[in-house]
Amino acid sequence: MLELRKDIFADERDDNLKEIGKGTQRQDMLGHITGTSSYFNDHKLQGMLHLKVVRSTQAHAKLRRIDTTDAERSAGVRRIIRGTDVPVNLNTLLSLINFGKDDEPSLAVDKVRYKGEPILAIVADSEREAFEAIAKVRIDYEPLPTVFDVEDALKPGAPVVNETYPKNAFIYHDVYDHQRLRFGDADAALANADHVLEQRYQMSPIEHAPTETNGAIAAPDTNGRYVVYTSTQALFFSVDTCAKILDVPSNTFHFIGGTVGGGFGGKVDTLTEPLAILGAMLTGRPVRYVFGREEEMQYGPPRGAERIYIKDGVMRDGRIVARKIRAYFDSGAYTRLSSYAAVKCAAHLPGPYTIPNVYGDVYCVFTNRTPATAMRGFGVTAMDFAIECQMDKLANLVGMDPMEFRILNAYRDGDMKAHRREAKNTALIECVQVAAEKAKWPIRDEFRRASSRKDGGGSRAAIPPTPTDVRARPAAPAQQRTTYDRAPVTATREPPREPPPPTPPPPPPRPAAPSHGATRFSSVFGTRRR
Amino acid sequence: MAVTVKTFASASEAAGAISSDRSARYLGGGTLVMRALNEGDVSISTIVRASDQALSRIDASGPRITLGAGVTFARILGERDLAFLHAPARSIGGPAVRNMGTVGGNLFAPNPYGDFTVALLALDATVALQGGFGARDIAIEEFLQSRERQSGALVLSVSCTRPANAEAFRYRKVARIKPKGGSVITLAAHLPVSGGRIAGARIALGSMAATQIRAKAAERALEGRTLDTANINAAASTAIEGTSPADNALGSAWYRREIVGVHLRRLLSGQE
Amino acid sequence: MSKTPLQFRHNGRDVAIFVDGGANLLVALRELVGDMTPKFGCGQGGCGTCSVLIDGELHLSCLTLAETVAGHSVETLDGLKQGPNLHPLQRAFADNFAAQCGYCTPGMLMAAKALLDRNPSPSRADVIEAISGNICRCTGYEPIINAILAAAGGRASA
Repeated sequence: MLELRKDIFADERDDNLKEIGKGTQRQDMLGHITGTSSYFNDHKLQGMLHLKVVRSTQAHAKLRRIDTTDAERSAGVRRIIRGTDVPVNLNTLLSLINFGKDDEPSLAVDKVRYKGEPILAIVADSEREAFEAIAKVRIDYEPLPTVFDVEDALKPGAPVVNETYPKNAFIYHDVYDHQRLRFGDADAALANADHVLEQRYQMSPIEHAPTETNGAIAAPDTNGRYVVYTSTQALFFSVDTCAKILDVPSNTFHFIGGTVGGGFGGKVDTLTEPLAILGAMLTGRPVRYVFGREEEMQYGPPRGAERIYIKDGVMRDGRIVARKIRAYFDSGAYTRLSSYAAVKCAAHLPGPYTIPNVYGDVYCVFTNRTPATAMRGFGVTAMDFAIECQMDKLANLVGMDPMEFRILNAYRDGDMKAHRREAKNTALIECVQVAAEKAKWPIRDEFRRASSRKDGGGSRAAIPPTPTDVRARPAAPAQQRTTYDRAPVTATREPPREPPPPTPPPPPPRPAAPSHGATRFSSVFGTRRR
Repeated sequence: MAVTVKTFASASEAAGAISSDRSARYLGGGTLVMRALNEGDVSISTIVRASDQALSRIDASGPRITLGAGVTFARILGERDLAFLHAPARSIGGPAVRNMGTVGGNLFAPNPYGDFTVALLALDATVALQGGFGARDIAIEEFLQSRERQSGALVLSVSCTRPANAEAFRYRKVARIKPKGGSVITLAAHLPVSGGRIAGARIALGSMAATQIRAKAAERALEGRTLDTANINAAASTAIEGTSPADNALGSAWYRREIVGVHLRRLLSGQE
Repeated sequence: MSKTPLQFRHNGRDVAIFVDGGANLLVALRELVGDMTPKFGCGQGGCGTCSVLIDGELHLSCLTLAETVAGHSVETLDGLKQGPNLHPLQRAFADNFAAQCGYCTPGMLMAAKALLDRNPSPSRADVIEAISGNICRCTGYEPIINAILAAAGGRASA
């Protein structure tokens, strides 16, 4: 039951609330209960064809030969689409905000990098006929060594999963193979701590398992346009991604969506729309491409696996004096959105606690697993799982109550966070207090009286001296066109710069390759584009 | 090649149709064959049905009961005389699956399904088969061992002897989702008691091998003994013998090996 | 492909269609009858969003060979409304906020109808059992259970 605790932070809130605390009916409820809400697949179009993809049976292999002779002759087949038919057969999702290199084909051409990677798309009169044609495709694979473990993937000599990132790690700002957070001197603080606890945490991939599988229906419309019914969670993002892959202006498309049968992050990758539209372009007929359940579970992108090492220094009185974290995001074979997850993760360290010495290295790693993507707090969820497990273990180590231990170390208004922003509107202490109260968990008076608004700032607002990492000068980044831009590449790139001064990345803004649109500011990546 | 549906009036005609055509599959409740078609299994191009009333007959009046292969789990749950089979029938799917899924189909359901068959294996059921050459009865254990080769035959019915009392037959399905989910492991035990001692113990396990299997070492540990703590522990400690579980999304082989003895002990000692 | 003629009752009205060999009832309802209320979720009997009533019994339309319903009665969510008025279950689902993305709702409502048609005063355990074959991935089971109980009059809406 919802309970509003208006006594807490009462003076910070305009309490003249018209909506919060009151039941308000969803605008789409009537459609839902009468079954008239229109999902992408609830459109029956005259002459609709069905698209199914041929997926790799290998986790990592060269494609020696793809023989479609028998499949072409199979009953009901209208068109077999190969990678060479895709106008721009290399993309990365966040290229729309100039982040990352194009690394993923819509249909594999020379090599497959994960089991289930699409190789061909078959458009047929019925799903059955598409399946029958799939069974007649012959693919000659040359298996390559595989790597499925994030730490193995970073070892020298590991199989190269994705040639765009030859070290199997995403490269930030053309220079850095991981996200780095340095605040204070964690090693010195660990050396002086009363106790040190180092633990390893691991979280498996998690499938979103939406009840409605990913899919799209694309149909030729008037004036050379295409109408696209889609399950996407990110309609405009999908429009632009399709425009890039199909090399047409985005106003070629009329996307219709918004009513989605569960997404949870698993419907932002725009996997079905480009091929459905291409199928419609090549056949002149409406084309539907919808994942089956096995496809959704096995090859739809999951929340990525993460491996996290935490090493904490804690004093006998319960104060955490140092936190050192090494985290690896398993991006699978392609970037999708994991590069962003690692950024979010680094920004989240060391959790909602004030710790004077924090050290974090967060890697986005490529392996031969299914590419991972967004899912409900990705980048933060697994790290929080690890951090909160660690907090319980630390409390036990110093013989403190776990609730009191959290209140003691909680951040407070005015404290300096590890990424050098002042903590404002903090509320962890109050949350723990209410949780303890609700759970009838006794905490001592001094902790019951603690407040996020008291005893913060002061010495806790200081940025501690932070030693500089010793590192080699980075090699020149490979020249690669990374922007969403169809104009010829003429801009000169800046030569690689010296590693930036001690404290943390990101480096200063740099001129990017020219691209359309006005200057924007990405709050996500802290870089200005033009 | 489209899918052809052939419906026959008699089970023997249907059996003839499936034994003569490798691409033919018999459609019972649809939970296996329609699922395969939905996932694009192009090895099926003929669906065979039979409208034979005999396939949906229940004979539950005497000490030996017979269930037609087309009997659904919902119908078993509607028969008071089949109370001993209610726990396994109820453990399968939700209400819709129980309205559709059949006893005969369950014999072919791969892991993590086929829970009802675990019960039938513990009860030493007999499977009546109609092949291209005629009808024959076969012990369920033998049927399961040769299941891959039985796809050309049609199951007509299964029969078994009713347990002497409720204590003599126990069933448990371990799932991660409550109240319903695929089997992590499924256990059934038939423990007839004669002169105060167990005589003819049969313990069956699901999801502990490619097909449902008997826990023969555990059976031996109980045979001729009473169901006391020491004997239960002895049986539980051997539950793993002869098993070869696999990893799947519901549990790893390691996990299954770890818990099979625990759950057998709980089943035998009547713990929740 | 050869087609098979098929006639059945659909929400109280006779319909006649031609189905492909091996077509399932879900495809027949959606693509041939034009009733989009049952949804495709898994095609395997795992999610329940395609649930319909056949002669009053809950079935999964995706696992039902279409031609087996010849001469039978099929009810879907499209037939639940009574003229312009919502069915008490629909009203209770709205009042209890028992839908989020709405994709499981058609199946949930049919499973709930199958329950209440047989057992007008179910216990909470009966309700949980009745929807145990229906998955809600927005994980709103509590409001759904409350809605069904409210529709049954067994409990005031929460």
